[in-house]
Amino acid sequence: MSTGTPASAEVLSKYEAVIGLEVHVQLLTKTKIFCSCSTRFGDPPNSNTCPVCLGLPGALPVLNREAVTMAMKAALALDCAVNPRSRFARKNYFYPDLPKGYQISQYDEPLAEFGRIEIEVDGARKRIGVTRVHLEEDAGKMLHEGFADSDSRSYVDLNRSGVPLIEIVSEPDLRSPEEAYDYLTRLKTLMLYLEVSDCNMEEGSLRVDANVSVRPAGASMFGTKTEVKNLNSFRFLQKALAYEIERQVEVLEGGGTISQETRLWDSREQKTHGMRSKEFAHDYRYFPEPDLRPLAISEEWKEEVRRSLPELPQARRERFVREYALPEHDATQLTATRELANYFEEVAKATGEPKLAANWILSELTFLLNEANRDISQSPVSAPNLAGLLVLIQKGSISGKMGKEILAAMFASAKTANEVMAEKGLEQINDTERIIAVVREIMAANPKQVEQYRGGKTATLGWFVGQVMKATRGQANPPLVQEILKKELS
Amino acid sequence: MALEEKDVRYVAALAHLELGADEVKTFLPQLDSILEYIQKLNELDTTQVEPMAQVTYPSRENPALRSDQPRRTFGQDESLANAPEGAAGCFKVPQVIERE
Repeated sequence: MSTGTPASAEVLSKYEAVIGLEVHVQLLTKTKIFCSCSTRFGDPPNSNTCPVCLGLPGALPVLNREAVTMAMKAALALDCAVNPRSRFARKNYFYPDLPKGYQISQYDEPLAEFGRIEIEVDGARKRIGVTRVHLEEDAGKMLHEGFADSDSRSYVDLNRSGVPLIEIVSEPDLRSPEEAYDYLTRLKTLMLYLEVSDCNMEEGSLRVDANVSVRPAGASMFGTKTEVKNLNSFRFLQKALAYEIERQVEVLEGGGTISQETRLWDSREQKTHGMRSKEFAHDYRYFPEPDLRPLAISEEWKEEVRRSLPELPQARRERFVREYALPEHDATQLTATRELANYFEEVAKATGEPKLAANWILSELTFLLNEANRDISQSPVSAPNLAGLLVLIQKGSISGKMGKEILAAMFASAKTANEVMAEKGLEQINDTERIIAVVREIMAANPKQVEQYRGGKTATLGWFVGQVMKATRGQANPPLVQEILKKELS
Repeated sequence: MALEEKDVRYVAALAHLELGADEVKTFLPQLDSILEYIQKLNELDTTQVEPMAQVTYPSRENPALRSDQPRRTFGQDESLANAPEGAAGCFKVPQVIERE
């Protein structure tokens, strides 16, 4: 453990962290990877099981084609080379969540290799290598707490046994917790765009382990690494990495050495703990899975999958900047999920005002969504309805301030802007007589400005329009106001 | 003899087998003779032969892939039917803390 004296920023800066991430992503197939049991989350324990995923003797696995397709989508989107032939292997170990006594995974011949993800570090692009993407089955779930006999018994639910996973392994290219966070964010966004996973960390469909080591800044040799597990949120990832880096620096500064081990992040204590000493070293005795044929990926299949890929986040972000003249920052935020990007594009197209659309979506609408703890796909204000509101604002029919009020009401009621305005008595004034009356009143109260206008300073027209709109609480029809003003002023 | 008694004990531990000292002595020559036989195979020159792990290797197509259609199989009761101990729809096992 640590030597007790916390490493100062100065001491920390003498070291460089080296981080690699192993990310497990649960695929969104309807059935498990090697049997036809449902993958639905939250069903009663052990109700989605069969001889294959219970590991009963004689049962044979049959590979799910869709799992391969989804894994291939992820691999291609990560710029990996998909191997024309890959192979499944048995990873042997004993644990009650693994009824067969081995996990079917891939080992020396993975589905895909040599990919990358581009992250951003201090405004510059940095390429993080993806070593490999491979397919494997998930294990069941252990319940260690919550039962009367939990002090002596563990409970096992095998619904998750056999759910398809891909493991995405990065190169040790990450140099800080922030870089790791950015990498994981982009990886998650990519998986969401591809619709191959819901990446729900609480339900365990996105899991992260990190390999961490430190070395003197500028050194080329790697230090001894530890593997940090139990990083089940983005926040934990950053905290755990920061903690582990500091811990390793403290050990080295204190003259100690890092022992290669697996450590668990304890979010309550905000510490990593070494796991209990193992009875023996890892020895998974991998060997080729004799019950499955090697997996052959034809060029045709691969190209078919490639053609099915949607526009990916980075390409879409760049297009948003180019096509809609959005600032980089807006484009990044708007492309965080496919749903949000679609929503934006619908509003931008319907209004012809992309920047206005971006502003309202990223500020007012996001605020309302956050407050209601909803995401964009659950927005009570549909894209056409938001567009309808923005058109009114853009035409000057209503002020921005009124727009905010109306949007809040639209959010609460799921009604259109016009419906809300009618209900609140905010509908537009199209009555010529009423507007003439207001115009004459304003002219009478501002003889100097009338004089200026008549003297040729026609630019003051805008000021008059503003005064009329103010007097009618933004309800007067602006083009009509202009028309009447011109007539009355001349 | 290439194998030593500690190798036998290691393999047994991986398989969660508890062997007595006598048994270690019994199995040592048996395991060793298997390895010796495999060593004999190594005398063949296989440098020009593609490694083969399955008899169907190599293959260009995957005739046996399954479509992603759920089918109802076991329910809770059936799943647990052979379990020595179960409760709350779960298998029960002696308490275990963590893997590895």
